[in-house]
Amino acid sequence: MCGATTGGLGVEGIDVTKESVIQGVVSRGGEPVGGAYVRLLDGGGEFTAEVPTSATGHFRFFAAPGQWTLRTLAPGASVDRQVVAVLGGVAEVSVELPT
Amino acid sequence: MSRSDVLVDADWVEAHLDDPTVVLVEVDEDVSAYDTNHIRGAVRIDWRDDLQDPVRRDFVNQQQFEALLSRKGIGNDDTVVLYGGNNNWFASYAYWYFTLYGHRDVRLLDGGRKKWELDGRELVAEVVERPATTYAAQPQDASIRAFRDDVTAAIGSLNLVDVRSPDEYAGRLLAPAHLPQEQSQRAGHVPTALNVPWSKAANDDGTFKADEELLALYGGAGLDFGKDTIAYCRIGERSAHTWFVLHELLDQPNVRNYDGSWTEYGSLVGVPVQLGDAPGAPEGGQA
Repeated sequence: MCGATTGGLGVEGIDVTKESVIQGVVSRGGEPVGGAYVRLLDGGGEFTAEVPTSATGHFRFFAAPGQWTLRTLAPGASVDRQVVAVLGGVAEVSVELPT
Repeated sequence: MSRSDVLVDADWVEAHLDDPTVVLVEVDEDVSAYDTNHIRGAVRIDWRDDLQDPVRRDFVNQQQFEALLSRKGIGNDDTVVLYGGNNNWFASYAYWYFTLYGHRDVRLLDGGRKKWELDGRELVAEVVERPATTYAAQPQDASIRAFRDDVTAAIGSLNLVDVRSPDEYAGRLLAPAHLPQEQSQRAGHVPTALNVPWSKAANDDGTFKADEELLALYGGAGLDFGKDTIAYCRIGERSAHTWFVLHELLDQPNVRNYDGSWTEYGSLVGVPVQLGDAPGAPEGGQA
């Protein structure tokens, strides 16, 4: 498996102008982590959505504009990252898990 | 009914992997997850292809459900243990289905697929074929299913629980944030509905919270335990999770799941809708 690439997910077929996309990749020691769970928490810390990462470590959310927290769960790890989503934009986030 | 009659943990499942009276069934939103791997011996039920009528928007009927379970090799006397991704959303939905059609012994794996994975427990790719059975279902139990007229009649009188995220409830999002937002229906919630997101009933690992915490959660949100309750979400799967909590774990007697949920209600002509973070008055409006 080659190293994780950032910004790797294409947005073909999605009308990005109407969406506030948050996406990215989860890695550990530079290698992508598939099957990790990424949760999207709103400005009040409330759960909004959760997805497992793909085999290439990628994830994507269609959020609303504003401040969000990404909480990544994997065996033995939980990592929080802050992100701001904007309408018509794609916020890219790289999550590095502790080795 | 006690918690152990409806919920099993991962150790229980591991101890019963070779028990011929126990059938594991995986139900996911991402129906390809099963193909990648699953708990040994588990069969798959596809929440869309297997549980929905292929033409009109409704469930499979009693005969179709009988044919499905017979084909999957599930017998009337089997203990069915359901699990899946998304914190058991669709497994809860299937649990509600099995209850609707009168299956005697059905349970959820606490934490579902996520907890199993985070624990590092065994998953296999090998698919089992169970010999077909002749399954006999009961007529639908109407006492646990709500329709749109039940919901409009409940505004301002019964407990309505909207279990979507706060942003969906307020009308800032139209779908869970892992799905595209472009939709045809109006945003908002049923006036007077409380917002108790399904996720508040679960821990980060997907397991259900303890009964005392759950009672405090719904009581604190303003649920009147002396009244009947209707739960809804967007398409009825997250509200099946809350239906499970209220009806199966907390033994509330009259709890119904509105499976039409927001994709139906938000498309109805002439019904009241409330925007914003407060439940609002029965006539609805903008906060």
